[in-house]
Amino acid sequence: MLRYLVRRLLLLVPILLGVSLLIFFWIRALPGGPAESLLGERATPQLVQVYRHRYGLDKPIYVQYWSYLKVTASGDLGVSVASRRKVIDEIKVKFPATVELALTAMLFAIIIGVPLGFLAAKWHGGVFDNVSLVASLIGISIPIFFLAIILKYIFAIRLGWLPSVGRISITLDTKHPTNFYILDALIQGQWSVLWDVIKHLILPAIALGSIPLAIITRITRAAVLDVQNEDYVRTARAKGLTPQTVDRRHVLRNALLPVTTVIGLQTGLLLSGAVLTETVFAYPGMGSWLRDAIFNRDYPVLQGGILFLAVIFVLVNLVVDLTYAIINPRIRYS
Amino acid sequence: MSIAEVEAQELALEASTGGLWRDAFRRIRRNPGAILGAVLVSIFIAAAALAPVLAHGGPKNQDLALIAGGCCPGPSHAHWLGVDQLGRDVYTRILYGARFSLLIGVVSVSIGLSIGLILGSVAGYLGGAIDSLIMRGMDIMLAIPGLLFAIGIVALLGPGIYQIMIAVGVVNIPIFARLLRGSILAQRENDFVLAARSVGVRRYRILFSHILPNAISPVIVQGTLAMATAIIDVAGLGFLGLGPQDPATPEWGTMLSSVNDYLQTAPWLAIVPGVAIVASVLGFNLIGDGLREALDPKLRGRTGKFRERSMFWFLGAGRRRALRGI
Repeated sequence: MLRYLVRRLLLLVPILLGVSLLIFFWIRALPGGPAESLLGERATPQLVQVYRHRYGLDKPIYVQYWSYLKVTASGDLGVSVASRRKVIDEIKVKFPATVELALTAMLFAIIIGVPLGFLAAKWHGGVFDNVSLVASLIGISIPIFFLAIILKYIFAIRLGWLPSVGRISITLDTKHPTNFYILDALIQGQWSVLWDVIKHLILPAIALGSIPLAIITRITRAAVLDVQNEDYVRTARAKGLTPQTVDRRHVLRNALLPVTTVIGLQTGLLLSGAVLTETVFAYPGMGSWLRDAIFNRDYPVLQGGILFLAVIFVLVNLVVDLTYAIINPRIRYS
Repeated sequence: MSIAEVEAQELALEASTGGLWRDAFRRIRRNPGAILGAVLVSIFIAAAALAPVLAHGGPKNQDLALIAGGCCPGPSHAHWLGVDQLGRDVYTRILYGARFSLLIGVVSVSIGLSIGLILGSVAGYLGGAIDSLIMRGMDIMLAIPGLLFAIGIVALLGPGIYQIMIAVGVVNIPIFARLLRGSILAQRENDFVLAARSVGVRRYRILFSHILPNAISPVIVQGTLAMATAIIDVAGLGFLGLGPQDPATPEWGTMLSSVNDYLQTAPWLAIVPGVAIVASVLGFNLIGDGLREALDPKLRGRTGKFRERSMFWFLGAGRRRALRGI
C-alpha cells in the first residue's frame, strides 16, 4: 500500500507542474499581456513596472516560470480586480459554499441513485427497470441549467415552498466562523438558521445532483447485474443465507466498488462544475464567482480560481484512487 | 450434449453473415431506443436544414406591437410557440437555433475528433517517448475540468460563436486521443498488422489503411455521444453569456439565459428552448448507446439476450405474435 501511495504521489508532480505551466502560458496569452491583465483597470505605467518587476516579467521565460511557481506555491494568487481583496482570501469564503453544495448534491444522488439502481437490477427487465433506464437517460440529456430553471420555476416561483436565490436569508444575522453554513449553525446550535440554510440548498443540490444521480443509478444497476450471477453469490444462496444477507454482504458489497469510483470522480466534477447551477440560483460559491470574473475581466480571480480548482480536482482523483485501492485489494497488488 | 455445446450451436445459428457494419445496422434496427434517437436527430437536422422554409419570417424579425399588452403573449394560431420578450416568434427562433446548435456541435466535435485522432494514432502507433509526451499532455488537459477549461479558452479568445466552438472542440481533444490510442494499441499486435508489415507495407499505410479502420468503431460511438455533450456545453456557455454577442442570434442556450426575468409571467419562453436542447441531446445519446451495443464485438454476431427487443416490445408477447401473424 505504501509503495502504491508513493507511486501515485510521484505521478501527481508532473501533472501539477503541467497544469501550472498551462496556466502560466495562458496568463501570458491573455489579451493585454500578463501585467496589464493581472492589474486590470488599475494598470498605470508605474504599477505595470512594479508588477513586471515583482513577477519578474523582465527576466527570461524560465526564470519567470520559476518565480511564478514560487509565488503561487506560497499561496499568493494575486489581488482581485473587482473586489480589491486577495484571491486566496476570497477562495476561503467561496470554496466552502461550493463544497457544501457539491456534497449535498452528491448525498442526494447517492441516497436516491444506489437504491434505484439496485432495485432496477433486482427487477431486471420489468417496468421499474425500464422507467429507471429512461429516467437516467433523460437525466444525462437534460442541461443542468435548464433543470435548475424548471425547479426554480415550480418550487420557488409557483409554489413558493423554497427560496430561489442565495445561500441564506439576508434577514438572518449570524456569524460564520468556518464558512460552512451548516457546520456553523450546528456548532452554534441555531436550528432556525440550519433549516434556512438547508432550504436554500435543496433546489441547487437537486439540480447539480441530477447527472451524478443518473450515472450512479446506471452504474449500480450494471454492477449489481454483473455481480448477482457470480458463483460466490450462488454459493451464498445455496448455503442457505437469507436473501437480505446475500444482497447486503455479497452482492452490494462487490457491486459498490465501481460505484465508489464514479462517486469520487463525480464529486471532483461537481466541485468545479457548479458554475451553471450557482449562476441560476445566485449561489455565492466558486462557480458564480468565476462567472462574474469573466465578465469583469478579473483575470487574477480567473487564473487563481481555475488553478485552485484544477489542483482540487487532481487531489480528489488521487483520494478516489487511494480509497479504491483500500477497499479493493486486487488493485493494490497488481 | 453439454450446455456449452448447446450454446455454441445457438451461437452458430445466430452468427451473422454480413460484415461488421451490416451486422451492426441489423442490430440497431431492432433497438427501439436507437430508432427513437434516429427520429429525434432527423427532426433536429430537418429543422436546421429547412428552417427558412418552415419558419414564419426571419429569426430576428421583431414586432413590438405584439408585446404592447405586456410580456408575453402565449402560443396562438399565428405564433405557435408564443412570442418572446422582444416580440419575436419563438417557433421561428427555435428552428434557426437548431442550425446554430447543429453547426456548433458538428464543428466542435470535428475539431476534437480530428486533432484527437491524429494525436492518439501517432501516440498509439509510434509508442515510446512520443507516446509518453503526447499522453502526459493529454493527462494535463484532462486535469482541468471540462467546463472550466472551456471558460478559460473563451476568456482567452473573447466570447462569440466561433470561440465557443473552438473551446468545446479543444476540451474534446484529450478524450478522443486517449480513446484512439487505446484502440490502436489493441489493434497493433494483431496478425493482420504483422502480415502487412512482413510483406513490406509502409508504416503510414499500415496505420491508415489497416489499423485505423479497425480501431474506429469506439471513436464513432464516442463521436455521437460527444455531439450530445457538445450541444449541452455550448448551450451552457451560451447561457453564461459567452456565446454569440449579438443577442438577436437565436442560439438555444442564449435564448434560455435572457428569459430568466420573465419566468414568472412567461415560463414557456424557457421551456421551449430547454425542451429543444433536451430532445436533440437525447437523440444523440440514444443513437450513441445503440451504436455502442451494436458495434460491441462481444455481442457481435449474436442477437443479444435481453438487449434486443422486437420493435413492439411494449405491446407484450401475445399481441406481438398477433402482429406478426398479420
